[in-house]
Parts: sequence; C-alpha cells; structure tokens
Amino acid sequence: MRRAGIVALNTFREAVRDRVLYNLVFFALVMIAASILVGQVSIGIEEMVIVTLGLSAISVIGLLIAVFIGVGLVSKEMDKRTLYALLAKPVRRWELLLGKFGGLVLTLTVNTAAMAAGLFLALSLVKQGTEHVEASVLVAVYFILLKLALVVALALLFSCFTTPLLSILYTAGLYIAGLFVTEMRNFQSETMSRALQTLLRWLSYLLPNFENFDVMAAAAHGRAIPGVLIAQNSAYAALYCAVVLTVAAAIFTRRNLK
Amino acid sequence: MATAAIEIENLTKDYPFGFLHLKKKTSLEGLTMRVEEGEVFGFLGPNGAGKTTTIKLLVGLIFPTAGTARILGKSISDISMHADIGYLPEQPYFYDYLTATELLDYFARIHDLPAQERKARVDGMLKKVGLETARKIQLRKYSKGMLQRIGVAQAILHDPKVVILDEPMSGLDPVGRREVRDVILELKQAGKTVLFSTHILSDAEMLCDRVGVIVGGKLRGVGAPDEIVGMKAQGMEVLFEYAGAAGGLQPLLSKATQTGKRYRMQVPEADLYATLQQLGSAGAKVLSVTQVKSTLEEYFMHLVEADRAQAPAVEVSGK
Repeated sequence: MRRAGIVALNTFREAVRDRVLYNLVFFALVMIAASILVGQVSIGIEEMVIVTLGLSAISVIGLLIAVFIGVGLVSKEMDKRTLYALLAKPVRRWELLLGKFGGLVLTLTVNTAAMAAGLFLALSLVKQGTEHVEASVLVAVYFILLKLALVVALALLFSCFTTPLLSILYTAGLYIAGLFVTEMRNFQSETMSRALQTLLRWLSYLLPNFENFDVMAAAAHGRAIPGVLIAQNSAYAALYCAVVLTVAAAIFTRRNLK
Repeated sequence: MATAAIEIENLTKDYPFGFLHLKKKTSLEGLTMRVEEGEVFGFLGPNGAGKTTTIKLLVGLIFPTAGTARILGKSISDISMHADIGYLPEQPYFYDYLTATELLDYFARIHDLPAQERKARVDGMLKKVGLETARKIQLRKYSKGMLQRIGVAQAILHDPKVVILDEPMSGLDPVGRREVRDVILELKQAGKTVLFSTHILSDAEMLCDRVGVIVGGKLRGVGAPDEIVGMKAQGMEVLFEYAGAAGGLQPLLSKATQTGKRYRMQVPEADLYATLQQLGSAGAKVLSVTQVKSTLEEYFMHLVEADRAQAPAVEVSGK
C-alpha cells in the first residue's frame, strides 16, 4: 500500500509537469471575467448563471482530464515501456494501478479545488453573500469530484486491456449511458418485450449512475442538499470504484507486457 | 555444486496470434539452465532467439506458458524475489519528466531504502555511471547512451544479489561500454550474480564465467567460453624452422605458410604425431604446437547457420 502512495505522488508529479494544472489559471481568469460580464447583462439571476456556468466548466474540464489522462495511465506506460523497470521491482500490479488511480484523483482534486476557488471568487464579486448558496455549491463540487473518480476508474479499467482510442469510446459511452439510468429503469413500451425490459432494468443497476451526482440545479437555486444524499453518493462512488479497480487489477495482473 | 542463483526448468513461452488468437508462435521452447551464485553468465543469441523473452519471464513482465523458474530459491511469481534482483530492460526508457536524481530517488523509495541512506546511494550511483554533472537534467534531454547508464544505475541501486541486464552495451560508445564492463566486473568482485544478454561476443568472452547460446527459442550450448569454443577445435598449428632442401618434406611444405626460415601450418589433430615425426627426421626444428580453437563468434555463427538449415522446426507452429 505504501508503494501505491509512492506511485500516486509520481503520477501527480507527471500531471503537474505535463502542465495539465495550468488550465486552472486560465479557467480562474475566465470565471472572473465572465462573472463581471454576466453581472452586467443578467439582472437578478447573476448568482444562478455563475453557479451553473462555473459548475459546468469544472465538470467538463475535469471530465476531459479524467478521460484523456485516465486512458493513458497504463497504456502509455506500456507503449513507452516505462513500466518495465518499475514492475521488475517489488511492486504488485494492483499497487501500481491503485497508485495511478490515486495520483490522477489527487491531480483532479487539486484542479477542481483551484477551479472552485475561481468560482467562489467570481461569486463573491457579484453577490452580497448567502451561506446557503455557497454550501450547496461546495457539495456540488464534491459530487463532481466523486463522479470524476468514477470516470478515472473506468478509464483505467479499459486502458488495461484495450487501445487508448477504444478506451476513450468505452469510457465516454458508459458515462453518457450513466446519465440516463433512471430513464432506462423506468422505460416502458408496449412494443418492448418483457425480457428486454427486465434486461434494461438490470443494466440500469449495473451501469454507473452518474445522475445521482448532478445537483447543479439545487446548487444554482441555493437549495440545501440533504446529508443522506452526500453519504449515499460517497459510499456509492467508493464501492463502485473499488469494484472497477478490482476488475482492472484482475485483468492487469494476468497481462503479458509486450 | 554451488547454490543456483537462477534455476530455469523447461520454460516455454507461446504467443497467440491471428484474429481469434488460435495460432501460436513459440518464442521459447523448453529452456532449462542454471546460473550459479557469483557467476557472470552471458546469454547469447541472434535477434528473436528468445533472450529478451527469457529475461522478461524471469523478472515477471510476462508469464510462462509452461515450466518454472526460481531466483535465489524463490519462484519468479513471488513478489519478494523482486527485492533481490536488479533489471536493466533492453533499450531502456524512463519517465522523461524526471531528472536522474528524481528517478533514482523514486526507485529507492520503491525499494524502501531508508531516507538517510537514499541520498548517499543515489549520489554514489550517479557517480558510478558518470552522470554526476547531468543529475539535474530531465531525462527527455538524455542521449541513448545516458539513458543506458541511468538504466544500469537503477538496476543496481538497491544492491541486489542478482543483476539481470538485457543488452547492457547496446547504444553505448566505447567509453560507455568499458564503463558498463567495469560495473559488471565490480559486481562480480562483490559476489553478485550477473546474467546479461548481448550480441557483442567479445564482451561475453571477456566478462563471462559461462555463456549460454540460444537460437530459435532453444538453448544450443552452455559452458565456459573456452570450453564452448574448444568443443569445436579446428586442429593443431605447428610452427617450425627448416633451412634444408624440400626433398621428402615437399608435401608438407606445400601446405605451410613461409616467413623466412619459419613455416606455419595447420594439421588435423589425428595427424599431429606423424607430422612431428616427419619434421624431426628431416631435421626441422619444431618451435611450437598449439591447438587452433574456433572463436566464440565462429561457434555462434555455426549454431545460427545450423538452426537456419532446420528453420521449419522453430517457425510458427500454429494450428
């Protein structure tokens, strides 16, 4: 486990040196500029617009980093053969995967925290301040982070057995499908056979439920987010990540490095 | 017999290929060999012979189709075995965003070296491989030779008992090759076991206690370089002086190379006694008799050519 931590810190260092985190500065500047602009054109709903715009931006940028760096975490190292020297050392393959996962989640945490700071700065420029809005925005940011961790785990899983391009497609496909699990679960049609409906319902439970992490509307309107949802989403993300990483480790442990 | 540092028994590796992976290519076929503790063992063979496959199996990068191997008595599937080995991959490539110091420190942490020892060990290694002045340069700016050196440094950083080097001389200039040779000799003096693969036969002859020649995925010969080439002794060389008339020696002299009064000739080992008698009775003065051995290179080429002659035996045997 200690070795997983060492790998995680190195993965974080790689992300920092690849200048992934430099988009934060750009994002923070855009947020501040947008808040001033929006403040001038939307009377009365500035906060709502800024929160929606800000959370969407945090989510999209985070997703891009999670998918594009996530699929390369293992496959890039296999292509470049940087794994050879490392795996000849006393590092178990699951420790490597866990470290890679932890490193990218750490990167995303720093990234998301910095972007959230930009969002709060923008909010503070246009409003007099209500703690309720800020608390729900903070929870929304936390849910985005949970969602990103889940996406990283999926990207890592696919990168253990297929090409980066296919990994991107599979991860993106699962993410999009995961946004519609409620529809899938409740979908009823007279033309659809009962067997297919059952299959869809089971599939909706198996697919990662990304809908649960979307509380953007509540945050934008300053509605409080119940504590039980926070606990439920935290447990769901942790459990789902654990299962996905276990499958990834089972595949990667048997894989021959070319 | 000393304890074996590396024991390989019937190690086989097939790679599936084709759309449904129903065909297989045999990269290594029933390899059985031992490397004794404290020995420098050279693993020789042409490209695609199975050297790198064997090494990757030993260090756990790929998994055998059949057979077993143990390093220092531990199975290669035992993770604790990895603490006792050092490995240099072929054409090594490392995290290019790190400096040499950072890379070695990273690996030292992986090996659980105590903090106070880490810095001294890293500095010592950088000095040993001649990268002291380049220690703060990111590896993306390193030449191939410099990467090879940092590769050697990371392989021996944790003072392993068994060092496995895949083509350690590859890409090095003469100075770099000499430095790597010196490192191997130092390891030997320190009682370490070294297994290295190479194409450069002179290095193998110079460094190795024993060599193994692998061709077409099969081990074709193992032994000390002297022994192995001695197996194919090409005859005896006789050096003699003779100033008289050719006379009865004419048939012999016609086969010899003359330099002044000196003649040099090769005769089959079976004919040596008769030849010496003939020279003695003719009044020739025999200066020396030496066995003519083939070089390791000749032996190696002989095996490669023999393998090519039976090429179908090592080609794809898919179903």
